[in-house]
Amino acid sequence: MSAINWRMPRWFYQMGSPKWFYEWAGRLQPWFAGSAFILLLWGMIWGLAFAPADYQQGNSFRIMYVHVPAAILSQSVFMAMAVAGAIGLIWKMKVAFMVARSCVAIGASFTAIALLTGAIWGKPTWGAFWVWDARLTSTLVLLFLYAGVMALNQAISERQTAGKASAILAIVGSINIPVIKYSVEWWNTLHQSSSFSFTEKPSMPAEMYLPLLLTVLGCYCFFSLLVLMRTRTQILQTQSQTSWLAAHRDIRGE
Amino acid sequence: MMAFVMAIVKRDLLLILRQPADILNPLVFFILVVALFPLGVSPEASILAPTAAGIVWVAAMLATLLSLELMFKLDHEDGSLEQLLLAPYPGWSLVLAKVLVHWLISGLPLVLLSPLIASMLFLPLHALPTLMLSLLIGTPTLSLFGAIGAALVTGVRGGGMLLTILILPLYVPVIIFGAASVAAAVQGMPIDGYIAILGAMLVFALMITPWASSAALKL
Repeated sequence: MSAINWRMPRWFYQMGSPKWFYEWAGRLQPWFAGSAFILLLWGMIWGLAFAPADYQQGNSFRIMYVHVPAAILSQSVFMAMAVAGAIGLIWKMKVAFMVARSCVAIGASFTAIALLTGAIWGKPTWGAFWVWDARLTSTLVLLFLYAGVMALNQAISERQTAGKASAILAIVGSINIPVIKYSVEWWNTLHQSSSFSFTEKPSMPAEMYLPLLLTVLGCYCFFSLLVLMRTRTQILQTQSQTSWLAAHRDIRGE
Repeated sequence: MMAFVMAIVKRDLLLILRQPADILNPLVFFILVVALFPLGVSPEASILAPTAAGIVWVAAMLATLLSLELMFKLDHEDGSLEQLLLAPYPGWSLVLAKVLVHWLISGLPLVLLSPLIASMLFLPLHALPTLMLSLLIGTPTLSLFGAIGAALVTGVRGGGMLLTILILPLYVPVIIFGAASVAAAVQGMPIDGYIAILGAMLVFALMITPWASSAALKL
């Protein structure tokens, strides 16, 4: 059986060690922080101040530069959480559960921002803060799924068990993600279809979608930064008894 | 393995028959919730009839939730759950047995009660078979997805409230297509598509939930 000899690359196993992850994340953090800062600043200034106004919506369309990244991230973060949880269950990695736990509050915040900005934009454009459209409803369900994972994490005090339980819930809940993604195509309701796809040219002119692309990428970098920071905090909380941490220069302050 | 499943089903049914309040309470709750709508919204047939399908589905879902917590709780408390998991049979067969029992005591009575409830809400008679069919296919899905939640909160303090938060989002697709099938039947539209999707969800739930619940039980 050749399948038995199949291995994940070495760095993958090394990431399972809190010590390795802590140092690796510490080295990556400044890069994500820098690129998030540059991309978000560049994209936001370009999008909010210089991109041409929409011929129908005027300037109100500019909320898209917050709404679309938040909505894209709300789904990506849930997938990241489910994948991290699955890695934790399959390879029994503590760090993976910590990553999944870090994702919950960030993803819930992005979902809330997406719903809120959508409501603010919807009032002048659709004439209502909220409609029971397929995509809006499935995004609301996504927020409830985040709330469930959060509640489960809080209810179980033992971190390892909480991580496993939340991982199972996240994996089952990720069924909702394709439903959100394709809701606009399957049901063809009020919400417009996706801004970006890998196969087609965007329906907007370049000076409108390039800033959007920058803010989306910036949000991904910002999310990565937050996950690394929050996971490092959890490592500090749970590994405080270990000798490598006591000897680490971050702790000794050198 | 079939013998193992049947033995658990028999044992659990016997235990429940000796405590009939456990089955009757969710059913009384089901009728009570439905009775609140004419009182709270309007007793007019013109308002109740179009909403009847949704009300019955929501009430059925809440009644299912109410009895879910007991699925593994008692066995966990007296320690027999641990023994059952140690038995030389896969964990999912245990979960399937528990789900079957849960459906027999909560889902099936709801299906049988639905004609009564539907007539209380003035649902047109020609839509009644669709309501019963959609409940017949939909309630096992509710029990199956509920098993994941019940397994996750087993042994967790304050599990009942937590269970509802975990499980209700997963129930959303079932209620959408369940209620939509009845609404279509009321208007005389074809229902095959809705019923097919409900069936697909049942098959999907049968595939993944016993596995996921048994993983959750073994945490």
